[in-house]
Amino acid sequence: MKIIVCVKQVPDTSGKVAVNPDGTLDRASMQTITNPDDLNAVEAALKLKDETGCKVIVVTMGPPPAAGMLRELMARGADEGILVSAREFGGSDTYATSQILAAAVNRIGVESDDIVMCGRQAIDGDTAQVGPQIAEKLHLPQVTYAADIQKTGDTVTVKRMLEDGYMTIKVKTPCLLTCIKELNAPRYMSVGGIFEAYGKPLATYDYETLKDDPLIDPSTIGLKGSPTNILTSFTPPLKGAGVMLEGADKETCEKLAGLLSAKHII
Amino acid sequence: MSFNNTDIAAFKDVWVFCEQRQGKLMPTDFELISEGRRLADELGVALCGLLLGDGVEGLAKELGGYGADKVYVCDHPLLKNYTTDGYTAAICQVIEAYKPEVMLFGATNIGRDLGPRCAARLHTGLCADCTHLDVEMNNYKSFLKEASTLAPEKIEGMDTAMVMGEKHDVSRDLKMTRPAFGGHLMASIICPRFRPAMATVRPGVMKKAAFDQTKADACEVVKPAFELSEDDLETEVVEIVKAAKKLVDLIGADFIVSVGRGISKDVAGGIKLAEELAAELGGVVGGSRATIDSGWLSADHQVGQTGKTVHPKVYVALGISGAIQHKAGMQDSECIIAVNKNDTAPIFEIADYGICGDLFKVAPLLTDAIRAAKAAR
Repeated sequence: MKIIVCVKQVPDTSGKVAVNPDGTLDRASMQTITNPDDLNAVEAALKLKDETGCKVIVVTMGPPPAAGMLRELMARGADEGILVSAREFGGSDTYATSQILAAAVNRIGVESDDIVMCGRQAIDGDTAQVGPQIAEKLHLPQVTYAADIQKTGDTVTVKRMLEDGYMTIKVKTPCLLTCIKELNAPRYMSVGGIFEAYGKPLATYDYETLKDDPLIDPSTIGLKGSPTNILTSFTPPLKGAGVMLEGADKETCEKLAGLLSAKHII
Repeated sequence: MSFNNTDIAAFKDVWVFCEQRQGKLMPTDFELISEGRRLADELGVALCGLLLGDGVEGLAKELGGYGADKVYVCDHPLLKNYTTDGYTAAICQVIEAYKPEVMLFGATNIGRDLGPRCAARLHTGLCADCTHLDVEMNNYKSFLKEASTLAPEKIEGMDTAMVMGEKHDVSRDLKMTRPAFGGHLMASIICPRFRPAMATVRPGVMKKAAFDQTKADACEVVKPAFELSEDDLETEVVEIVKAAKKLVDLIGADFIVSVGRGISKDVAGGIKLAEELAAELGGVVGGSRATIDSGWLSADHQVGQTGKTVHPKVYVALGISGAIQHKAGMQDSECIIAVNKNDTAPIFEIADYGICGDLFKVAPLLTDAIRAAKAAR
């Protein structure tokens, strides 16, 4: 049994975000982090490893520096890292990305008692599409928004969150699950873990490695294989300046209430 | 019948996946049908609902009342509860048979599970969590003039785009606009080479049309052929549990009083003051991501990019600094009132009325002042 976790290195949008004059994101000036939901997926995998001793493989598609993130995840307890990186893969939308990641997972090999995990969504694109699209390309059943995962034999029972409650879903391995933050609290790296991380295998899959997979075709990967195109990107304008009221006392509040009442807002 | 997803001319009509849970239509369905009506009119085609379930045919006519010309109903015992595999199988078969050019889903936890799976199977593009849709170029350009900081000449030159190294006329493409990078950037996406162009649309953003009984009566119900068997279902729904606590209805609220990190010195007290102000206004309490991440409020209260998008009549932000991810969810409120100790807090940039002060002092005074102002009328 093994668990393959797909992770993404993302710009930290919770801090200061820099935008270039042309409306694109100034990635160079921003910190990168492991996508938060992906850390929950890694933690879920490591918990299953604690229980069963299974192997955990972390996979990411991205530029070569993303290997640093894989080392970090190996320091948390993952056994192997795979960096999927090639110029041919650049410019991929979610469809093309899922083709490539599915081919990488195929290369690792999915066996009958394996699980593929992803975070629900990445904070840069917020699409939540790559997980389900990998599942489709691998012909695996999927359960998204997992808030609890229990594995007994070849059956996985998942608490799948809805806006107004949850569903309990049973699925057999192999399957793909996407994880949300309510699932767990990710562990930190340990000193021993950091020490061991550099002895663990980290492989790179480039275009040559994956090109024989039927999913990898110039018409289905990269910019040319992406069904969607960006027509334009832009920053929203600031709203017209409002009124700063003087003071912060009873009089100020009465003035505000008067204004709201006069405008029939209240 | 062959299905060639690149034969653009063979596809027509705008379709909306109409989600039902336990036999009840979702509010998002009416928003999407209303928005879909506008898009269908711009394209000069029919608007069709797609409804899946078990014994749900009776729900179809109501969708007509909001603008659907036709509703395709897939009724099957195996479609009673939502499953990714069952719904994907049925929807893809029906899409392959009827070839809609646009397919919309609500960006609910179910729509965001189903949409990508269908798009991957059909080999087409899907744009996630859209907040604005257009077909007609003049409408799209007007939208950009108002909602972007793009130069006018750039907007005027938007009729074509470079696609696969060639100039492509985008006038009949669905322009799907969505926030990215936590709301720092907006992007308009097209799906020029494949059909259907698919989008999930954020709940609460599109405006619901007025219900029209005549249109409901005229709505045609179609039962398309599809095949589904137990073998198609690899996931089993064991139970569906509704949240015991009544969730706060942020999207439907006219008045929202939200709290942020500013309540940290007395969390319970701060929430109580917000509740009192909300009660006086006849509204509900919301919160920034910090208040949800800290466990002060449950997730259903969250306003912002990762929470709900709201546009109430009045939005009061108490002790919220106004991180872009929060602003993304509330900046279209009709009137924004901000109370914050820090006079440089970004929330003041979008506030209609700002008070620089301690929310613990200002909120109760404001509650009293509003009560008095109402009584004086």
